[in-house]
Amino acid sequence: MDILNAFVAFLNFVFVPGLAYGSQLALGALGVTLIFGVLRFSNFAHGDTMAFGTAFVILFTWWFKSMGISAGPLPTALLALPFGIAVTAAFVLGTDRVVYRFYRQKKAAPIILVIASAGVMFVMNGLVRMIIGTEEQNFADGARFLLEPKAFKEWSGLAEPLAIKSTAAVTVVVAAICVAALFWFLQRTRTGKSMRAFSDNEDLALLSGINPDRVVQVTWIIAAALAVIAGTLYGLDKSYRPFIYFTLLLPIFAAAVVGGLGSPLGAIAGGYIIAFSEVIFTNAWKKVAGYLLPADWLGDGLLQALSTDYKSAVSFSILIIVLIFMPTGIFKGK
Amino acid sequence: MIRVENLHRHFGGFHAVDGASLKIRAGSITGLIGPNGAGKTTLFNVIAGRLPPTSGKVFMAGEDITGLPPHELFGKGLLRTFQIAHEFGSMTVRENLMMVPAAQSGESLLNAIFNRSRVRDEEARIRDKADEVLEFLTISHLADQKASMISGGQKKLLELGRTMMVDARIVFLDEVGAGVNRTLLNTIGDAIVRLNKERGYTFCVIEHDMDFIARICDPVICMAEGKVLAEGTVDQVKNDERVIEAYLGTGLKNKVKEEAAHG
Ligand SMILES: Nc1ncnc2c1ncn2[C@@H]1O[C@H](COP(=O)(O)OP(=O)(O)OP(=O)(O)O)[C@@H](O)[C@H]1O
Ligand SMILES: [Mg+2]
Repeated sequence: MDILNAFVAFLNFVFVPGLAYGSQLALGALGVTLIFGVLRFSNFAHGDTMAFGTAFVILFTWWFKSMGISAGPLPTALLALPFGIAVTAAFVLGTDRVVYRFYRQKKAAPIILVIASAGVMFVMNGLVRMIIGTEEQNFADGARFLLEPKAFKEWSGLAEPLAIKSTAAVTVVVAAICVAALFWFLQRTRTGKSMRAFSDNEDLALLSGINPDRVVQVTWIIAAALAVIAGTLYGLDKSYRPFIYFTLLLPIFAAAVVGGLGSPLGAIAGGYIIAFSEVIFTNAWKKVAGYLLPADWLGDGLLQALSTDYKSAVSFSILIIVLIFMPTGIFKGK
Repeated sequence: MIRVENLHRHFGGFHAVDGASLKIRAGSITGLIGPNGAGKTTLFNVIAGRLPPTSGKVFMAGEDITGLPPHELFGKGLLRTFQIAHEFGSMTVRENLMMVPAAQSGESLLNAIFNRSRVRDEEARIRDKADEVLEFLTISHLADQKASMISGGQKKLLELGRTMMVDARIVFLDEVGAGVNRTLLNTIGDAIVRLNKERGYTFCVIEHDMDFIARICDPVICMAEGKVLAEGTVDQVKNDERVIEAYLGTGLKNKVKEEAAHG
Protein backbone atom coordinates (compact mmCIF):
# COMPACT_ATOMS: atom_id res chain seq x y z
CA MET A 1 0.00 0.00 0.00
CA ASP A 2 2.76 2.39 0.90
CA ILE A 3 4.48 1.82 -2.40
CA LEU A 4 1.22 2.54 -4.19
CA ASN A 5 0.75 5.68 -2.16
CA ALA A 6 4.26 6.79 -2.97
CA PHE A 7 3.60 6.12 -6.64
CA VAL A 8 0.38 8.12 -6.59
CA ALA A 9 2.15 11.00 -4.83
CA PHE A 10 4.82 10.83 -7.52
CA LEU A 11 2.21 10.93 -10.28
CA ASN A 12 0.38 13.76 -8.60
CA PHE A 13 3.29 16.05 -7.82
CA VAL A 14 5.88 15.14 -10.44
CA PHE A 15 4.57 13.24 -13.41
CA VAL A 16 1.32 15.01 -14.24
CA PRO A 17 2.63 18.56 -13.73
CA GLY A 18 5.86 17.68 -15.54
CA LEU A 19 3.98 16.24 -18.48
CA ALA A 20 1.75 19.29 -18.85
CA TYR A 21 4.59 21.78 -18.41
CA GLY A 22 6.79 19.73 -20.75
CA SER A 23 4.12 19.80 -23.45
CA GLN A 24 3.90 23.58 -23.16
CA LEU A 25 7.67 23.95 -23.40
CA ALA A 26 7.83 21.50 -26.31
CA LEU A 27 5.31 23.54 -28.31
CA GLY A 28 7.21 26.73 -27.54
CA ALA A 29 10.55 25.16 -28.43
CA LEU A 30 9.13 23.82 -31.70
CA GLY A 31 8.36 27.37 -32.79
CA VAL A 32 11.84 28.57 -31.84
CA THR A 33 13.50 25.65 -33.59
CA LEU A 34 11.51 26.06 -36.83
CA ILE A 35 12.39 29.75 -37.03
CA PHE A 36 16.00 28.90 -36.35
CA GLY A 37 16.06 26.18 -38.99
CA VAL A 38 14.54 28.24 -41.76
CA LEU A 39 15.44 31.85 -40.91
CA ARG A 40 18.64 31.02 -39.11
CA PHE A 41 18.34 33.14 -36.02
CA SER A 42 17.17 32.73 -32.43
CA ASN A 43 13.91 34.60 -32.15
CA PHE A 44 13.90 36.40 -28.82
CA ALA A 45 10.44 37.71 -29.53
CA HIS A 46 8.96 34.22 -29.30
CA GLY A 47 8.03 34.55 -25.63
CA ASP A 48 6.22 37.80 -26.26
CA THR A 49 4.57 36.30 -29.34
CA MET A 50 3.09 33.80 -26.90
CA ALA A 51 1.96 36.62 -24.60
CA PHE A 52 0.53 38.60 -27.53
CA GLY A 53 -1.39 35.66 -28.98
CA THR A 54 -2.71 34.58 -25.61
CA ALA A 55 -3.91 38.12 -24.91
CA PHE A 56 -6.03 37.95 -28.06
CA VAL A 57 -7.27 34.48 -27.19
CA ILE A 58 -8.41 35.89 -23.83
CA LEU A 59 -10.15 38.81 -25.50
CA PHE A 60 -11.96 36.46 -27.87
CA THR A 61 -12.82 34.17 -24.94
CA TRP A 62 -14.44 37.05 -23.08
CA TRP A 63 -16.34 38.04 -26.18
CA PHE A 64 -17.60 34.51 -26.75
CA LYS A 65 -18.66 34.24 -23.12
CA SER A 66 -20.50 37.55 -23.33
CA MET A 67 -22.44 36.08 -26.23
CA GLY A 68 -23.17 32.93 -24.27
CA ILE A 69 -20.94 30.69 -26.39
CA SER A 70 -19.00 28.05 -24.52
CA ALA A 71 -17.33 24.72 -25.18
CA GLY A 72 -19.17 22.81 -22.46
CA PRO A 73 -16.72 21.07 -20.15
CA LEU A 74 -13.78 22.28 -22.23
CA PRO A 75 -12.26 25.74 -21.82
CA THR A 76 -13.88 28.34 -24.07
CA ALA A 77 -10.36 29.47 -24.93
CA LEU A 78 -10.06 26.46 -27.26
CA LEU A 79 -12.78 27.99 -29.45
CA ALA A 80 -10.97 31.31 -29.36
CA LEU A 81 -7.63 29.79 -30.35
CA PRO A 82 -8.04 29.95 -34.14
CA PHE A 83 -8.93 33.63 -33.92
CA GLY A 84 -5.99 34.41 -31.67
CA ILE A 85 -3.74 32.52 -34.09
CA ALA A 86 -5.08 34.46 -37.07
CA VAL A 87 -4.41 37.82 -35.42
CA THR A 88 -0.95 36.79 -34.24
CA ALA A 89 0.04 35.27 -37.58
CA ALA A 90 -0.98 38.47 -39.32
CA PHE A 91 1.02 40.54 -36.86
CA VAL A 92 4.09 38.32 -37.10
CA LEU A 93 3.97 38.39 -40.91
CA GLY A 94 3.81 42.16 -40.57
CA THR A 95 6.95 42.25 -38.43
CA ASP A 96 8.69 40.03 -40.98
CA ARG A 97 7.69 42.42 -43.73
CA VAL A 98 8.76 45.51 -41.82
CA VAL A 99 11.79 44.28 -39.90
CA TYR A 100 13.29 40.90 -40.77
CA ARG A 101 12.86 40.97 -44.54
CA PHE A 102 15.05 44.05 -44.74
CA TYR A 103 17.93 42.28 -42.98
CA ARG A 104 17.36 39.06 -44.89
CA GLN A 105 17.70 40.84 -48.21
CA LYS A 106 20.89 42.45 -46.95
CA LYS A 107 22.07 38.97 -45.99
CA ALA A 108 22.77 40.31 -42.51
CA ALA A 109 24.59 38.15 -39.96
CA PRO A 110 22.34 36.07 -37.67
CA ILE A 111 23.37 38.11 -34.63
CA ILE A 112 21.85 41.21 -36.23
CA LEU A 113 18.57 39.39 -36.67
CA VAL A 114 18.74 38.26 -33.05
CA ILE A 115 19.14 41.85 -31.89
CA ALA A 116 16.34 42.94 -34.23
CA SER A 117 14.13 40.26 -32.69
CA ALA A 118 14.94 41.66 -29.24
CA GLY A 119 13.63 44.98 -30.54
CA VAL A 120 10.47 43.31 -31.79
CA MET A 121 10.18 41.67 -28.37
CA PHE A 122 10.08 45.04 -26.59
CA VAL A 123 7.52 46.41 -29.02
CA MET A 124 5.26 43.37 -28.60
CA ASN A 125 5.71 43.51 -24.86
CA GLY A 126 4.51 47.12 -24.86
CA LEU A 127 1.59 46.29 -27.12
CA VAL A 128 0.46 43.47 -24.87
CA ARG A 129 0.42 45.78 -21.86
CA MET A 130 -1.61 48.30 -23.79
CA ILE A 131 -4.07 45.70 -25.03
CA ILE A 132 -4.77 43.66 -21.91
CA GLY A 133 -2.98 45.43 -19.08
CA THR A 134 -0.41 44.08 -16.70
CA GLU A 135 -2.62 42.27 -14.18
CA GLU A 136 -3.11 38.58 -13.88
CA GLN A 137 -6.02 37.15 -15.86
CA ASN A 138 -7.71 33.89 -15.15
CA PHE A 139 -9.58 32.67 -18.18
CA ALA A 140 -9.88 28.95 -17.57
CA ASP A 141 -13.48 27.78 -17.48
CA GLY A 142 -15.34 24.52 -18.06
CA ALA A 143 -14.77 21.54 -15.81
CA ARG A 144 -11.99 22.05 -13.30
CA PHE A 145 -10.92 18.44 -12.91
CA LEU A 146 -10.77 15.51 -15.24
CA LEU A 147 -10.11 13.35 -12.20
CA GLU A 148 -11.27 14.70 -8.86
CA PRO A 149 -8.97 13.99 -5.93
CA LYS A 150 -11.91 12.87 -3.78
CA ALA A 151 -13.29 10.55 -6.44
CA PHE A 152 -9.88 8.97 -6.86
CA LYS A 153 -9.48 8.45 -3.12
CA GLU A 154 -12.83 6.76 -2.85
CA TRP A 155 -12.19 4.61 -5.89
CA SER A 156 -8.71 3.50 -4.93
CA GLY A 157 -8.98 3.49 -1.16
CA LEU A 158 -5.52 5.03 -0.93
CA ALA A 159 -4.57 7.75 1.51
CA GLU A 160 -2.91 9.77 -1.23
CA PRO A 161 -5.19 11.66 -3.67
CA LEU A 162 -4.55 11.98 -7.37
CA ALA A 163 -5.90 15.01 -9.18
CA ILE A 164 -5.78 15.60 -12.89
CA LYS A 165 -6.73 19.15 -13.73
CA SER A 166 -8.69 19.36 -16.97
CA THR A 167 -6.26 22.04 -18.17
CA ALA A 168 -3.41 19.56 -17.80
CA ALA A 169 -5.34 16.95 -19.77
CA VAL A 170 -6.29 19.49 -22.43
CA THR A 171 -2.66 20.58 -22.66
CA VAL A 172 -1.37 17.09 -23.28
CA VAL A 173 -4.09 16.21 -25.80
CA VAL A 174 -3.81 19.47 -27.74
CA ALA A 175 0.00 19.24 -27.77
CA ALA A 176 -0.17 15.68 -29.09
CA ILE A 177 -2.54 16.73 -31.87
CA CYS A 178 -0.33 19.70 -32.81
CA VAL A 179 2.83 17.63 -32.89
CA ALA A 180 1.19 14.93 -35.00
CA ALA A 181 -0.16 17.53 -37.43
CA LEU A 182 3.20 19.29 -37.63
CA PHE A 183 5.10 16.12 -38.38
CA TRP A 184 2.58 15.05 -40.95
CA PHE A 185 3.01 18.45 -42.55
CA LEU A 186 6.82 18.35 -42.51
CA GLN A 187 7.10 14.78 -43.74
CA ARG A 188 4.24 14.44 -46.16
CA THR A 189 3.37 17.73 -47.79
CA ARG A 190 5.38 19.40 -50.48
CA THR A 191 5.45 22.69 -48.56
CA GLY A 192 6.66 20.92 -45.46
CA LYS A 193 9.38 19.17 -47.41
CA SER A 194 10.38 22.49 -48.93
CA MET A 195 10.78 23.83 -45.40
CA ARG A 196 13.00 20.91 -44.46
CA ALA A 197 14.99 21.30 -47.66
CA PHE A 198 15.40 25.01 -47.01
CA SER A 199 16.58 24.37 -43.49
CA ASP A 200 18.96 21.67 -44.74
CA ASN A 201 20.66 23.62 -47.51
CA GLU A 202 19.37 27.01 -48.48
CA ASP A 203 21.49 27.40 -51.63
CA LEU A 204 20.37 24.11 -53.04
CA ALA A 205 16.74 24.72 -52.13
CA LEU A 206 16.79 27.97 -54.07
CA LEU A 207 18.35 26.24 -57.05
CA SER A 208 15.70 23.55 -56.88
CA GLY A 209 13.16 26.23 -57.58
CA ILE A 210 11.82 26.51 -54.03
CA ASN A 211 10.39 29.95 -53.45
CA PRO A 212 12.10 31.36 -50.34
CA ASP A 213 9.44 33.99 -49.62
CA ARG A 214 6.77 31.35 -49.45
CA VAL A 215 8.81 29.09 -47.19
CA VAL A 216 9.54 31.99 -44.86
CA GLN A 217 5.89 33.00 -44.70
CA VAL A 218 4.67 29.51 -43.97
CA THR A 219 7.31 29.16 -41.27
CA TRP A 220 6.20 32.35 -39.56
CA ILE A 221 2.56 31.29 -39.66
CA ILE A 222 3.34 27.90 -38.13
CA ALA A 223 5.62 29.41 -35.50
CA ALA A 224 2.91 31.94 -34.61
CA ALA A 225 0.31 29.18 -34.33
CA LEU A 226 2.57 27.11 -32.09
CA ALA A 227 3.37 30.14 -29.94
CA VAL A 228 -0.29 31.03 -29.42
CA ILE A 229 -1.24 27.45 -28.61
CA ALA A 230 1.67 27.04 -26.19
CA GLY A 231 0.93 30.39 -24.56
CA THR A 232 -2.76 29.69 -24.19
CA LEU A 233 -2.20 26.23 -22.73
CA TYR A 234 0.29 27.64 -20.25
CA GLY A 235 -2.10 30.45 -19.35
CA LEU A 236 -4.96 28.02 -18.84
CA ASP A 237 -2.87 25.68 -16.75
CA LYS A 238 -1.27 28.33 -14.53
CA SER A 239 -2.68 31.79 -15.10
CA TYR A 240 -2.05 34.59 -17.54
CA ARG A 241 0.48 37.27 -16.65
CA PRO A 242 2.06 39.12 -19.58
CA PHE A 243 5.50 39.06 -17.98
CA ILE A 244 5.61 35.37 -17.30
CA TYR A 245 6.15 34.59 -20.97
CA PHE A 246 9.35 36.53 -21.01
CA THR A 247 10.68 34.31 -18.23
CA LEU A 248 9.51 31.26 -20.17
CA LEU A 249 11.98 32.22 -22.89
CA LEU A 250 14.85 30.67 -20.93
CA PRO A 251 13.42 27.16 -20.49
CA ILE A 252 12.09 27.25 -24.06
CA PHE A 253 15.48 28.07 -25.51
CA ALA A 254 17.10 25.57 -23.18
CA ALA A 255 14.70 22.94 -24.52
CA ALA A 256 15.41 23.83 -28.14
CA VAL A 257 19.18 23.81 -27.57
CA VAL A 258 19.17 20.59 -25.57
CA GLY A 259 17.26 18.88 -28.37
CA GLY A 260 19.45 20.45 -31.04
CA LEU A 261 18.45 23.77 -32.61
CA GLY A 262 16.68 23.20 -35.90
CA SER A 263 15.49 19.71 -35.01
CA PRO A 264 11.73 19.46 -34.37
CA LEU A 265 12.05 16.05 -32.73
CA GLY A 266 14.78 17.48 -30.49
CA ALA A 267 12.57 20.38 -29.46
CA ILE A 268 9.95 17.98 -28.15
CA ALA A 269 12.45 15.81 -26.30
CA GLY A 270 14.12 18.94 -24.95
CA GLY A 271 10.81 20.31 -23.71
CA TYR A 272 10.16 17.26 -21.57
CA ILE A 273 13.75 16.99 -20.38
CA ILE A 274 13.76 20.58 -19.15
CA ALA A 275 10.30 20.35 -17.63
CA PHE A 276 10.96 17.15 -15.72
CA SER A 277 14.35 18.38 -14.56
CA GLU A 278 12.79 21.53 -13.20
CA VAL A 279 10.02 19.63 -11.46
CA ILE A 280 12.33 16.95 -10.07
CA PHE A 281 14.83 19.44 -8.69
CA THR A 282 12.26 21.73 -7.12
CA ASN A 283 9.78 19.13 -5.89
CA ALA A 284 9.61 18.48 -2.17
CA TRP A 285 10.18 14.73 -2.12
CA LYS A 286 9.26 14.35 1.55
CA LYS A 287 5.78 13.14 0.72
CA VAL A 288 6.92 10.36 -1.61
CA ALA A 289 9.82 9.39 0.64
CA GLY A 290 7.50 9.34 3.62
CA TYR A 291 5.75 6.30 2.22
CA LEU A 292 8.92 4.48 1.32
CA LEU A 293 11.32 5.12 4.18
CA PRO A 294 11.00 4.60 7.94
CA ALA A 295 9.81 7.77 9.65
CA ASP A 296 13.00 8.29 11.69
CA TRP A 297 15.16 8.36 8.54
CA LEU A 298 13.44 11.41 7.21
CA GLY A 299 14.51 14.23 9.47
CA ASP A 300 12.81 17.62 9.25
CA GLY A 301 13.83 18.66 5.73
CA LEU A 302 11.46 18.79 2.76
CA LEU A 303 13.91 16.75 0.68
CA GLN A 304 13.85 19.51 -1.87
CA ALA A 305 17.01 20.07 -3.92
CA LEU A 306 16.14 23.65 -4.79
CA SER A 307 13.44 26.06 -3.81
CA THR A 308 10.93 26.69 -6.61
CA ASP A 309 12.30 30.23 -6.81
CA TYR A 310 15.40 28.76 -8.41
CA LYS A 311 13.50 26.93 -11.11
CA SER A 312 15.22 28.82 -13.89
CA ALA A 313 18.62 27.96 -12.45
CA VAL A 314 17.86 24.38 -13.47
CA SER A 315 17.21 25.22 -17.14
CA PHE A 316 20.18 27.52 -17.11
CA SER A 317 22.51 24.85 -15.75
CA ILE A 318 21.27 22.28 -18.25
CA LEU A 319 21.69 24.80 -21.04
CA ILE A 320 25.30 25.45 -20.07
CA ILE A 321 26.15 21.80 -19.56
CA VAL A 322 24.72 20.91 -22.98
CA LEU A 323 26.53 23.78 -24.68
CA ILE A 324 29.82 22.64 -23.18
CA PHE A 325 29.57 18.90 -23.72
CA MET A 326 27.13 18.48 -26.61
CA PRO A 327 26.89 21.79 -28.45
CA THR A 328 24.73 20.36 -31.22
CA GLY A 329 22.20 18.88 -28.81
CA ILE A 330 20.79 15.39 -28.63
CA PHE A 331 19.40 15.33 -32.15
CA LYS A 332 22.37 16.99 -33.86
CA GLY A 333 21.08 20.46 -34.58
CA LYS A 334 23.17 23.42 -35.65
CA MET B 1 20.77 31.72 -75.50
CA ILE B 2 22.93 33.45 -72.89
CA ARG B 3 24.71 36.72 -73.41
CA VAL B 4 27.02 38.14 -70.74
CA GLU B 5 28.05 41.74 -71.19
CA ASN B 6 31.04 43.30 -69.52
CA LEU B 7 30.40 41.51 -66.24
CA HIS B 8 32.31 42.51 -63.11
CA ARG B 9 32.23 40.90 -59.72
CA HIS B 10 34.54 42.24 -57.03
CA PHE B 11 35.25 40.84 -53.58
CA GLY B 12 36.55 43.84 -51.70
CA GLY B 13 39.38 45.06 -53.88
CA PHE B 14 39.77 41.73 -55.66
CA HIS B 15 38.30 41.47 -59.16
CA ALA B 16 37.22 37.83 -59.44
CA VAL B 17 35.29 38.52 -62.65
CA ASP B 18 36.80 41.50 -64.42
CA GLY B 19 34.83 42.59 -67.44
CA ALA B 20 33.91 39.23 -68.93
CA SER B 21 31.76 39.20 -72.07
CA LEU B 22 30.66 36.00 -73.74
CA LYS B 23 27.86 34.26 -75.57
CA ILE B 24 26.51 30.77 -75.23
CA ARG B 25 24.80 29.64 -78.40
CA ALA B 26 21.46 27.84 -78.05
CA GLY B 27 21.87 24.11 -78.55
CA SER B 28 25.61 24.13 -77.95
CA ILE B 29 27.73 22.39 -75.37
CA THR B 30 30.07 25.21 -74.50
CA GLY B 31 33.19 24.39 -72.53
CA LEU B 32 34.56 26.89 -70.04
CA ILE B 33 38.18 26.38 -69.09
CA GLY B 34 40.80 28.41 -67.29
CA PRO B 35 43.40 28.08 -64.57
CA ASN B 36 42.39 27.77 -60.92
CA GLY B 37 41.04 31.04 -59.62
CA ALA B 38 40.21 32.33 -63.10
CA GLY B 39 36.73 33.31 -61.94
CA LYS B 40 34.76 30.56 -63.66
CA THR B 41 32.72 29.55 -60.61
CA THR B 42 32.17 33.19 -59.70
CA LEU B 43 30.86 33.80 -63.22
CA PHE B 44 28.41 30.90 -62.76
CA ASN B 45 27.37 32.25 -59.39
CA VAL B 46 26.54 35.62 -60.89
CA ILE B 47 24.72 34.21 -63.92
CA ALA B 48 22.68 31.81 -61.77
CA GLY B 49 21.63 34.54 -59.34
CA ARG B 50 23.56 33.36 -56.32
CA LEU B 51 25.74 36.48 -56.24
CA PRO B 52 24.74 39.93 -57.47
CA PRO B 53 27.15 41.36 -60.05
CA THR B 54 29.15 44.47 -59.25
CA SER B 55 28.29 45.69 -62.74
CA GLY B 56 27.40 44.29 -66.12
CA LYS B 57 24.42 42.46 -67.55
CA VAL B 58 23.25 38.93 -68.25
CA PHE B 59 20.66 38.15 -70.91
CA MET B 60 18.81 34.93 -71.54
CA ALA B 61 17.15 34.66 -74.94
CA GLY B 62 17.23 38.43 -75.18
CA GLU B 63 15.63 38.98 -71.78
CA ASP B 64 17.58 40.79 -69.05
CA ILE B 65 17.97 38.30 -66.19
CA THR B 66 20.67 40.14 -64.24
CA GLY B 67 20.30 39.58 -60.52
CA LEU B 68 17.10 37.53 -60.65
CA PRO B 69 16.84 35.16 -57.66
CA PRO B 70 17.73 31.50 -58.33
CA HIS B 71 14.21 30.16 -57.95
CA GLU B 72 12.94 32.49 -60.68
CA LEU B 73 15.77 31.48 -62.98
CA PHE B 74 14.85 27.88 -62.26
CA GLY B 75 11.35 28.71 -63.46
CA LYS B 76 12.86 30.00 -66.70
CA GLY B 77 14.74 26.74 -67.19
CA LEU B 78 18.18 27.86 -66.04
CA LEU B 79 19.80 25.25 -63.79
CA ARG B 80 23.27 24.77 -62.39
CA THR B 81 25.31 22.34 -60.34
CA PHE B 82 27.81 23.20 -57.64
CA GLN B 83 31.55 22.62 -57.81
CA ILE B 84 31.40 21.43 -54.23
CA ALA B 85 28.43 19.09 -54.28
CA HIS B 86 25.44 20.18 -52.23
CA GLU B 87 22.77 17.87 -50.94
CA PHE B 88 19.83 17.77 -48.55
CA GLY B 89 21.66 15.70 -45.97
CA SER B 90 18.67 14.59 -43.95
CA MET B 91 16.84 13.19 -46.97
CA THR B 92 17.46 10.08 -49.02
CA VAL B 93 19.03 10.25 -52.46
CA ARG B 94 15.68 9.65 -54.09
CA GLU B 95 14.00 12.32 -51.97
CA ASN B 96 16.77 14.71 -52.99
CA LEU B 97 15.83 14.24 -56.61
CA MET B 98 12.15 14.42 -55.83
CA MET B 99 12.60 17.85 -54.27
CA VAL B 100 13.49 19.35 -57.61
CA PRO B 101 10.37 19.70 -59.66
CA ALA B 102 8.93 22.68 -57.83
CA ALA B 103 5.44 24.04 -58.51
CA GLN B 104 3.52 20.81 -58.12
CA SER B 105 0.00 20.44 -56.84
CA GLY B 106 1.30 19.42 -53.44
CA GLU B 107 2.65 22.95 -53.06
CA SER B 108 -0.76 24.09 -51.92
CA LEU B 109 -1.77 22.95 -48.47
CA LEU B 110 -5.40 22.72 -49.52
CA ASN B 111 -4.43 20.27 -52.23
CA ALA B 112 -2.33 18.30 -49.80
CA ILE B 113 -5.33 17.86 -47.54
CA PHE B 114 -8.31 17.67 -49.90
CA ASN B 115 -6.89 16.48 -53.17
CA ARG B 116 -4.87 13.54 -51.93
CA SER B 117 -5.32 11.37 -54.99
CA ARG B 118 -4.02 13.97 -57.41
CA VAL B 119 -1.03 14.68 -55.19
CA ARG B 120 -0.38 10.96 -54.85
CA ASP B 121 -0.47 10.39 -58.62
CA GLU B 122 1.93 13.21 -59.12
CA GLU B 123 4.24 11.92 -56.39
CA ALA B 124 4.24 8.53 -58.06
CA ARG B 125 5.12 10.09 -61.40
CA ILE B 126 8.01 12.08 -59.88
CA ARG B 127 9.18 9.02 -58.03
CA ASP B 128 9.30 7.01 -61.25
CA LYS B 129 11.17 9.84 -62.87
CA ALA B 130 13.68 9.91 -60.00
CA ASP B 131 14.21 6.16 -60.26
CA GLU B 132 14.73 6.49 -64.00
CA VAL B 133 17.38 9.16 -63.43
CA LEU B 134 19.10 7.07 -60.77
CA GLU B 135 19.21 4.12 -63.13
CA PHE B 136 20.62 6.28 -65.87
CA LEU B 137 23.39 7.40 -63.52
CA THR B 138 24.00 3.82 -62.38
CA ILE B 139 23.30 4.63 -58.73
CA SER B 140 19.91 2.93 -58.26
CA HIS B 141 21.31 1.01 -55.31
CA LEU B 142 21.77 4.30 -53.42
CA ALA B 143 18.15 5.42 -53.75
CA ASP B 144 17.25 4.91 -50.10
CA GLN B 145 20.57 5.99 -48.57
CA LYS B 146 20.83 9.24 -46.68
CA ALA B 147 22.35 11.75 -49.07
CA SER B 148 24.87 12.89 -46.46
CA MET B 149 26.31 9.36 -46.42
CA ILE B 150 27.19 8.85 -50.08
CA SER B 151 30.68 9.47 -51.50
CA GLY B 152 31.92 12.69 -53.05
CA GLY B 153 31.81 11.30 -56.58
CA GLN B 154 28.31 9.95 -56.03
CA LYS B 155 27.21 13.37 -54.82
CA LYS B 156 28.46 14.79 -58.12
CA LEU B 157 26.22 12.33 -59.94
CA LEU B 158 23.33 13.37 -57.75
CA GLU B 159 24.03 16.98 -58.75
CA LEU B 160 23.81 16.02 -62.40
CA GLY B 161 20.71 13.95 -61.75
CA ARG B 162 18.98 16.98 -60.31
CA THR B 163 19.21 18.78 -63.65
CA MET B 164 17.62 15.79 -65.35
CA MET B 165 14.45 15.91 -63.26
CA VAL B 166 12.90 18.79 -65.17
CA ASP B 167 12.97 20.10 -68.70
CA ALA B 168 15.79 22.57 -68.45
CA ARG B 169 16.74 24.96 -71.22
CA ILE B 170 20.27 25.69 -70.15
CA VAL B 171 22.36 23.87 -67.59
CA PHE B 172 25.58 25.14 -66.07
CA LEU B 173 27.78 22.29 -64.87
CA ASP B 174 30.63 23.20 -62.52
CA GLU B 175 33.20 20.41 -62.68
CA VAL B 176 30.74 17.50 -62.60
CA GLY B 177 33.64 15.27 -63.52
CA ALA B 178 35.93 16.10 -60.61
CA GLY B 179 36.35 13.09 -58.35
CA VAL B 180 34.46 10.78 -60.68
CA ASN B 181 36.25 7.78 -62.19
CA ARG B 182 37.02 7.52 -65.91
CA THR B 183 34.25 5.08 -66.85
CA LEU B 184 31.66 7.12 -65.06
CA LEU B 185 33.08 10.29 -66.56
CA ASN B 186 32.47 8.83 -70.00
CA THR B 187 28.94 7.92 -68.98
CA ILE B 188 28.39 11.48 -67.81
CA GLY B 189 29.79 12.78 -71.10
CA ASP B 190 27.39 10.56 -73.01
CA ALA B 191 24.52 11.69 -70.81
CA ILE B 192 25.32 15.32 -71.54
CA VAL B 193 25.49 14.72 -75.28
CA ARG B 194 22.23 12.77 -75.20
CA LEU B 195 20.40 15.42 -73.20
CA ASN B 196 21.72 17.96 -75.67
CA LYS B 197 20.62 16.01 -78.75
CA GLU B 198 17.41 14.42 -77.52
CA ARG B 199 16.02 17.04 -75.20
CA GLY B 200 17.62 20.13 -76.62
CA TYR B 201 19.44 21.20 -73.44
CA THR B 202 22.08 23.85 -73.90
CA PHE B 203 25.11 23.24 -71.68
CA CYS B 204 27.91 25.30 -70.32
CA VAL B 205 30.51 23.02 -68.77
CA ILE B 206 33.42 23.98 -66.54
CA GLU B 207 36.01 21.22 -66.56
CA HIS B 208 39.75 20.87 -66.05
CA ASP B 209 39.95 17.54 -67.88
CA MET B 210 40.92 18.54 -71.43
CA ASP B 211 40.09 15.14 -72.92
CA PHE B 212 36.59 15.43 -71.60
CA ILE B 213 36.28 18.95 -72.98
CA ALA B 214 37.70 17.90 -76.34
CA ARG B 215 35.26 15.02 -76.58
CA ILE B 216 31.99 16.86 -75.99
CA CYS B 217 32.47 20.63 -76.18
CA ASP B 218 32.22 23.01 -79.07
CA PRO B 219 33.01 25.86 -78.75
CA VAL B 220 35.39 26.34 -75.84
CA ILE B 221 35.87 29.57 -73.92
CA CYS B 222 39.00 30.19 -71.88
CA MET B 223 39.03 32.57 -68.92
CA ALA B 224 41.93 33.88 -66.92
CA GLU B 225 42.08 36.52 -64.21
CA GLY B 226 38.41 37.29 -64.59
CA LYS B 227 38.54 37.99 -68.32
CA VAL B 228 37.69 35.97 -71.41
CA LEU B 229 40.98 35.19 -73.14
CA ALA B 230 40.04 33.16 -76.16
CA GLU B 231 37.10 31.44 -77.77
CA GLY B 232 36.86 28.89 -80.55
CA THR B 233 37.15 25.17 -81.21
CA VAL B 234 39.15 23.07 -78.76
CA ASP B 235 42.21 23.08 -81.00
CA GLN B 236 42.09 26.79 -81.62
CA VAL B 237 41.91 27.52 -77.94
CA LYS B 238 44.52 24.96 -76.97
CA ASN B 239 47.04 26.46 -79.35
CA ASP B 240 46.26 30.06 -78.53
CA GLU B 241 49.39 31.87 -77.29
CA ARG B 242 47.55 33.74 -74.55
CA VAL B 243 45.92 30.57 -73.26
CA ILE B 244 49.21 28.72 -73.00
CA GLU B 245 50.65 31.74 -71.26
CA ALA B 246 47.81 31.88 -68.78
CA TYR B 247 48.17 28.21 -67.91
CA LEU B 248 51.93 28.04 -67.79
CA GLY B 249 53.07 31.57 -67.03
CA THR B 250 55.41 33.42 -69.44
CA GLY B 251 58.63 31.94 -68.12
CA LEU B 252 57.46 28.38 -68.39
CA LYS B 253 56.05 29.00 -71.82
CA ASN B 254 59.42 30.19 -73.13
CA LYS B 255 61.05 27.16 -71.61
CA VAL B 256 58.57 24.85 -73.29
CA LYS B 257 59.24 26.61 -76.59
CA GLU B 258 63.00 26.37 -76.15
CA GLU B 259 62.77 22.68 -75.37
CA ALA B 260 60.59 22.17 -78.41
CA ALA B 261 63.14 24.02 -80.53
CA HIS B 262 66.07 21.98 -79.22
CA GLY B 263 63.82 19.02 -79.40
N1 LIG C 1 33.05 34.63 -51.76
C1 LIG C 1 34.30 35.02 -52.10
N2 LIG C 1 34.95 35.94 -51.34
C2 LIG C 1 36.20 36.34 -51.68
N3 LIG C 1 36.88 35.89 -52.73
C3 LIG C 1 36.29 34.98 -53.51
C4 LIG C 1 34.98 34.49 -53.24
N4 LIG C 1 34.66 33.60 -54.20
C5 LIG C 1 35.72 33.51 -55.01
N5 LIG C 1 36.70 34.35 -54.61
C6 LIG C 1 37.99 34.53 -55.28
O1 LIG C 1 37.76 34.76 -56.63
C7 LIG C 1 38.72 34.10 -57.43
C8 LIG C 1 38.03 33.27 -58.49
O2 LIG C 1 37.42 32.16 -57.85
P1 LIG C 1 36.56 31.11 -58.63
O3 LIG C 1 36.03 30.15 -57.65
O4 LIG C 1 35.58 31.79 -59.50
O5 LIG C 1 37.67 30.40 -59.53
P2 LIG C 1 37.51 29.18 -60.50
O6 LIG C 1 37.88 29.69 -61.85
O7 LIG C 1 36.21 28.54 -60.36
O8 LIG C 1 38.68 28.24 -59.99
P3 LIG C 1 38.71 26.63 -59.85
O9 LIG C 1 39.06 26.11 -61.20
O10 LIG C 1 39.81 26.41 -58.89
O11 LIG C 1 37.40 26.18 -59.37
C9 LIG C 1 39.59 33.29 -56.49
O12 LIG C 1 40.82 33.96 -56.34
C10 LIG C 1 38.82 33.27 -55.20
O13 LIG C 1 39.71 33.34 -54.11
MG1 LIG D 1 35.52 26.75 -59.75
